Amino acid sequence: MHGIAYRLQNIDRRWLYLIVFAAVVIPFLTSLKLPVGLHSPSTTDIYDAIEKLPPDSVVQLAFDYSPASMPELEPMAKAVARHAFQRGHRVMAMTLNTQGALMIRRVMDEVAAEMNKEYGKDYVDAGFKTGGVAVMLGMGKDIIGVFNDTDARGNRLSTMPVMKGVADYSDIGLMVDFSANAITNAWIAYAHEQYGLRVAAGVTAVMATDLYPFWKSGQLVGLINGLKGAAEYEDLVGAPGLGILGMSSQSITHMLIILFVIIGNAGYFLTRRRSQSAD
Amino acid sequence: MPEAQQGAHIVFLGFALDPYVIGLWLQALLTFAILSFLIGDNPVYKFAEHLFVGISAGYGVVIVWQQAVLPKLVFPLFPQFGPTPDVPPNYWLIIPGMLGLLILSRFIRKYDWLSRYPIAFIVGLYSGAAIPATVQLILLEQMSATMRPVLGLGEVTWTVAVSALIVLIGVVATLMYFYFSRPHVGTLGVGSRIGIWFLMVAFGAGFGNTVMARLSLLIGRVEFLMYDWLPVVSHYLAGFVK
Repeated sequence: MHGIAYRLQNIDRRWLYLIVFAAVVIPFLTSLKLPVGLHSPSTTDIYDAIEKLPPDSVVQLAFDYSPASMPELEPMAKAVARHAFQRGHRVMAMTLNTQGALMIRRVMDEVAAEMNKEYGKDYVDAGFKTGGVAVMLGMGKDIIGVFNDTDARGNRLSTMPVMKGVADYSDIGLMVDFSANAITNAWIAYAHEQYGLRVAAGVTAVMATDLYPFWKSGQLVGLINGLKGAAEYEDLVGAPGLGILGMSSQSITHMLIILFVIIGNAGYFLTRRRSQSAD
Repeated sequence: MPEAQQGAHIVFLGFALDPYVIGLWLQALLTFAILSFLIGDNPVYKFAEHLFVGISAGYGVVIVWQQAVLPKLVFPLFPQFGPTPDVPPNYWLIIPGMLGLLILSRFIRKYDWLSRYPIAFIVGLYSGAAIPATVQLILLEQMSATMRPVLGLGEVTWTVAVSALIVLIGVVATLMYFYFSRPHVGTLGVGSRIGIWFLMVAFGAGFGNTVMARLSLLIGRVEFLMYDWLPVVSHYLAGFVK
């Protein structure tokens, strides 16, 4: 028994990496598709908010993330953009992250092309703006002015049909921030608390725990939590993508990690009992 | 791989390669280089890590220059170089421009004290904006949201009432744990022990979400390898075998 307990405590971690890697790869090789399951209320709240917006509303999407968080955030960004277009809303994309400019193009160009949406009429890429909080506060008074009346491609924002009637936050139906850091808190603090902008968020799972209190308090309209939330939103929109595709691997690996935790604890308690009895 | 073949202009071993395919290979090799850290620290991993940091920094500089410095400072000050040469120059921007340049004095030891002025300006401005906003965001609104259902305000169902009670006990017990001015004995001791349990649940939820996030990153890489890179590899291998 002692030998087993000792071995359980001293498994070479590279074996665990290999097993986890296999657990992630196998569903892709076997086309295994596990169900997404129940939709979280925090995800459906964003879906409902977009559903209830009057047609031709403006949805602001903030791509405040970099390629490092792309696997989690890009599927949800695509799903939300797709939903906004499905409902006939206009989309204004922007970012406060230098590398977010690239993220906007990856998501918006693909989704718009897929849904036959026209640049300048149905959506616009306002690009990256440095300044963080100053940008958030400035947009509360003059959105086009903050962006120097210029989009990321050098066009004049004020002449674009997509920006018609958009002066400040009161003209934005809903803002969804996709981020992997605390910038979502700043959007709530400055755009929501000071100007009343309805803010929702799609964040990495690491960030989600800190943000649930803001959703429960009503400061966030809704919250999409990591790849699971992305899969739920894809399911709601009826457009399966990388979120749903990755959920089988996610579910199997979670079960595996629970098993690892049980094995590790069993080894720990067996070793401790042995050492206590030896004392 | 019809997309990969479009616009091909580099011939390698008799195969026409386009920048898309080269990009895929670079991504795949760098992914393997980063994952090689799991076996142990090694020069290949170090190379990929430094490359990532360098490219991120360089990309950031270019983006800030193109989308912030030029349109916000240079063109308004010197309209003749910008898209609107007829607009009169905005000389007020000399002040923030000078403040921004003073940051660069950090590189000259003799004059690095000058950088304190722009830093003081930034700290002052952001503190003024952040303090009331943070108090509103974290303290007032969260306290209100904790107490509203307990006081019977708003729509209160059974589930909301039970949930509100648990939240209230959790908040009070956790605050008791972080009260260090008296020994944790008696009522304070019981409360702080309950607080520890709430903290453990919160840490557990945080850990679970962290596991999910890290696995999502691995899944993202596997998706890329399986659906983007592997088909290209098999396409070229099939061509090579023929």
